[in-house]
Amino acid sequence: MIRIDSVTKRYPDGTVAVDRLSLEIPDRSITVLVGPSGCGKTTTLRMINRMVEPSEGTILLDGKDIQQQPVNTLRRSMGYVIQNAGLFQHRTILDNIATVPRLLGWGKEKSRARARELMERVGLDGALAKRYPYQLSGGQQQRVGVARALAADPPVLLMDEPFSAVDPVVRKGLQDELLRIQEELGKTIVFVTHDIDEAVKLGTMVAVMRTGGRLAQFAPPAELLTDPADSFVEDFLGTDRGIRRLSFFPSAGLELLTAPIVASDTTDEQIAARDLTDAPYLLVTDLDGKPLGWAERDTEIDTARLLPYGRPFVVATDSLRAALDCAVLSPTGWAVAVDGEGRAAGVVSQQTIGEAIRGAHAKSATTQKAAR
Amino acid sequence: MSELFDMPSDLQNSYLGLVALHLREALLPVLAGLLASLPIAQLCVRLRWLYPPVLWVTTVLYAIPSLAFFVILIDYTGLSELTVMIPLAVYSLVVLVPAIVDGVRSVPQETLAAATAMGFGPVRRYFQVQLPIAAPAIIAGLRIASVSSISLVSVGMLIGNQGALGNLLNSGMIYNQPRLIWLSVVGTAVLAILVDAALIVVRVLLTPWMPRSTSARRLTAKEATR
Ligand SMILES: Nc1ncnc2c1ncn2[C@@H]1O[C@H](COP(=O)(O)OP(=O)(O)O)[C@@H](O)[C@H]1O
Ligand SMILES: [Mg+2]
Repeated sequence: MIRIDSVTKRYPDGTVAVDRLSLEIPDRSITVLVGPSGCGKTTTLRMINRMVEPSEGTILLDGKDIQQQPVNTLRRSMGYVIQNAGLFQHRTILDNIATVPRLLGWGKEKSRARARELMERVGLDGALAKRYPYQLSGGQQQRVGVARALAADPPVLLMDEPFSAVDPVVRKGLQDELLRIQEELGKTIVFVTHDIDEAVKLGTMVAVMRTGGRLAQFAPPAELLTDPADSFVEDFLGTDRGIRRLSFFPSAGLELLTAPIVASDTTDEQIAARDLTDAPYLLVTDLDGKPLGWAERDTEIDTARLLPYGRPFVVATDSLRAALDCAVLSPTGWAVAVDGEGRAAGVVSQQTIGEAIRGAHAKSATTQKAAR
Repeated sequence: MSELFDMPSDLQNSYLGLVALHLREALLPVLAGLLASLPIAQLCVRLRWLYPPVLWVTTVLYAIPSLAFFVILIDYTGLSELTVMIPLAVYSLVVLVPAIVDGVRSVPQETLAAATAMGFGPVRRYFQVQLPIAAPAIIAGLRIASVSSISLVSVGMLIGNQGALGNLLNSGMIYNQPRLIWLSVVGTAVLAILVDAALIVVRVLLTPWMPRSTSARRLTAKEATR
């Protein structure tokens, strides 16, 4: 565990970048430092690997003061990833990744073998091994940066806005990849970002910092969204935190209706035999069970003239946020749930989703009370 | 044909011998200048305030005419090659110091931060990261320094025929042989061009990591977006 104990950093020019900050960073999970630009995130991160020395306070790594350890040994036990990757432009991708193993005195072949292994782990094509950084896209360079940080298998990973400079689509890919890698490796990751969405998505714990280097709130993301500590945090979270919070509620408990699902070869008699009291629309599927579109009840079904069904949500794996989004997007106000293969699993109305949201809120309120 | 390259006997050298001498007198000073510039430049990078006065000093030294240097040096080093080479080495500083400082400073901040964070000490960081990345700028400086040194060697003829190919200018006038003057001028120019080309080749070999040309860059950019 990394323990930051009332640490202050005053730069020589008098700027107080970090002000009596205390944080307990749990092992084997992602802790995100988030806050507006200039609030001291980078300074905090760099104090953990001693690129910046604190003016006051101590930082403990597994109970030991980091000041007591040789600085380069400490740094080699912590991977470091930054914006724009900071790759060595004069070395091949493979040699970039092999840097820390080489510094640690591993042989050339062993280091390179390890580097190849990591290229695979972070989703880089092995054919890029002999290329130079200028020959890679921004997203690929960032993957190399992550691989390089992981090369010597350090227990700690420090990441300073690693994905801020790439476009949103690539960023989402990198975030998903980081979560996947973290699932496999279980590192202690300290992740800095100014993007609250990224913080909420990646963080097991999120530390919101305010200008002047003070901690505003330290909580799991769901709690942050439910219960912001003050108006600064609330403003920082943005206007739609209610909607975003729904990402933390599973859609598994939603009551799905299957009666309104009809295949294109279902006969009128079969439909008439169903209980369709609550359903003003029928969801027509192909013979495989894949949704085609909505038809109004009590009219003849014409597969050429169906209402679009918008975007379906995946039952059980998607959140209530995804379900609500589908219902809002659907012209009928009903959301379509599909299974992993894309076959219709049921339909659900905005009203039912609304009830599920209220139920989820009530449940989380009681569990939070119980936790206090 | 061989008559074309016949040398007056007082030069005590064949044409090729003069060429070799010229190269040595021109390039050894540049090498010495490089060895001196590296630590000077590193000091200027570390102590920012030092750079402007150092630049000023190298410029002033460059402004001293070589003849003045010779007058001072002759008392110590006599009418020797060394008397020619010392000023040339001093002159090369005016190009090499800023070339190295700019090259080392052009290393991106994040590259340096990444190196430090990975546990590079300052010395290792200098030799394994800063210097290699500064190599293209340093070689660009070496090209200018070498070419100017090659043309400057000729003044050495003023102190007892220490000007290598430059000595032919003097002989050409004394013996009234334009052929010798041509051999001097053309020989010097060809040497400068060849040395410059050789340094370009060295740069290309040392920096496979540089984007080759704009067309190559465009190609890889296209590949990268695929
Ligand atoms: N080396 C430095 N000297 C003086 N002030 C600095 C230095 N580095 C950062 N600062 C100041 O400290 C504050 C926090 O900076 P930083 O930690 O980089 O913030 P963040 O990463 O959250 O944007 C800012 O006001 C910044 O200007
Ligand atoms: Mg920062």
